[in-house]
Amino acid sequence: MKDNSRRGFMGKAFGGVAAVGAVASLFAMKKSWDPLPSVKAAGFTTLDMSGYKENELVTEKWRGKPIFVLKYTEEMLEAMDEAQKPRVISVGEASYLVTLGLCTHLGCIPSYEKEDKSFACACHGGTYDIVGNVTKSPPPRALDIPPFTIRGNTLVLGEVGPEWLKMKENGLTL
Amino acid sequence: MANFTKATSIYDWLNQRLAIEKVEKVLGSEYWIPKNINFLWAMGMILVVTFVLLLVSGIFLLMYYQPNVDTAFDSVNFTIMREVGYGWLWRHVHGVAASVVFLIIYIHMFTGIYYGSYKKGREMIWISGMLLFVAFSAEAFSGYMLPWGQMSYWAGMVITNLFAGGSLHADGLVEWIRGDYVPAQAFLTRFFMLHVLLVPLAIIGLIGLHFGALRIPHVNNLDGEEIDFEAESKKYLAGDKAGSKVIRFSNDFMSKDMMVVGFYLVFFFYLVFYHYGFAMDPVNFDPADGLKTPAHIYPEWYFLWSYEILRPFSTDIGLMAFAFSQVIFVALPFLDRSPNAVPASRRGLFKYWFWAMLIDMIALTAMGKLPPEGAFSTIGFVAAVAFIGLWIALPIITYFEKKV
Repeated sequence: MKDNSRRGFMGKAFGGVAAVGAVASLFAMKKSWDPLPSVKAAGFTTLDMSGYKENELVTEKWRGKPIFVLKYTEEMLEAMDEAQKPRVISVGEASYLVTLGLCTHLGCIPSYEKEDKSFACACHGGTYDIVGNVTKSPPPRALDIPPFTIRGNTLVLGEVGPEWLKMKENGLTL
Repeated sequence: MANFTKATSIYDWLNQRLAIEKVEKVLGSEYWIPKNINFLWAMGMILVVTFVLLLVSGIFLLMYYQPNVDTAFDSVNFTIMREVGYGWLWRHVHGVAASVVFLIIYIHMFTGIYYGSYKKGREMIWISGMLLFVAFSAEAFSGYMLPWGQMSYWAGMVITNLFAGGSLHADGLVEWIRGDYVPAQAFLTRFFMLHVLLVPLAIIGLIGLHFGALRIPHVNNLDGEEIDFEAESKKYLAGDKAGSKVIRFSNDFMSKDMMVVGFYLVFFFYLVFYHYGFAMDPVNFDPADGLKTPAHIYPEWYFLWSYEILRPFSTDIGLMAFAFSQVIFVALPFLDRSPNAVPASRRGLFKYWFWAMLIDMIALTAMGKLPPEGAFSTIGFVAAVAFIGLWIALPIITYFEKKV
């Protein structure tokens, strides 16, 4: 009996040591799968907003994803209703559309219809208006706006600024 | 210390040290197989042979493949396909086998369902088999990433996006799985590791479990008859080979098994040499481009049925239906409430359930390939609802099944 209890203690002691080791290993393994610091550091894109031409869609790249940048014309801004205005991003004098260029349905890249001033996704026929609001399903929500902050005449994508935070709180983007 | 004597032959020398005579009996000549079976019982051996084909062709591909986003595409499509002597052969064997292995798995599965080979002590065979199906799916998906073409990239994007859980928006989890915001170098290298080491190890382990699970309940037969293997094998060994219901696994049963394998290999290499195109998506011959989506993103044919269950619903319901379809087959031995372990044709309503399930999965597969428009979209939706409905109906219809 004495032996048994001694073996029982040894078993429990080993179990304790092994459990600590297992948890520590799992922690290290989880950390090894995390995005690398270099990947994280490359997660910011600075856009110089002075170079864009009105009503001409430019596709930039942020975190490997396409970003739509469109400088609005005066007529476009005047034609907007109350549901559209909050999504407009103003940098300096000018106003822009800045969104992820991925359809919120299944992630295809919509195309810009210059004449129609809208976005159309070829995959499943969804359409968006000039600010990225859905005008025809299946997309479940408007085009996402990437986190941004305004610095002078530049836009830093990937950094959360007050303007973006306000949009998020108002439910304009995820 | 065992008593070793001077060996009379190499066989005897080995036998004293490794008991090879005993091992041969346990694994082969005294492993008993019922006589009352047909060619569908050869699917397991065909799967073993296909797995070996995948392993050998994979070893040769591994010598030239480069898991780097800049060189992966060319290492496959230029180096292996054009420079390496017979490199095309290994690639086409690997690609065709990866596709055909699922065809055989589905035949193997539906044979098991039809003959009730998941009941009366055979539950662990079924469960380990379904775990093998999951492992093979992971192996197929991770391998599909490696040529780093457009379909690799976008399939990787869409499948990893599933882990965001729809409205849960668990983007952190998705980025953790990828090791980046989008599929990139970290993603490619870790899926390379999964494909060539971790998942194959799991598969080999599970194959061991699958075979082990077979030993005690033994192989089922065409009538679901409960055979007393001990008594029947004694009868066989006593010389009454005609009267016994069983035969030796090797070389008696093996000779028939390998005959079917022979037919299969002719069919397999016909595909490899003349019809490999079905396993090589043309879209994947464009290098990966994160800024250009292919017009239609669809998986390989063997995943189409579950993709079609995901597609016709809104995001969240689609994900739940998809998750349901992925796990529900594992529960089959427990959802089938009937004690009858006989062929479906003698089981009343279950007979119709079996054929309805088979036809429904074929319909889902066909609709998954077509663009989701008009009538196809409606048929796909009906088939997806029918799939879930059939599984809900299963415990009810089998509960009221008459005992045969």
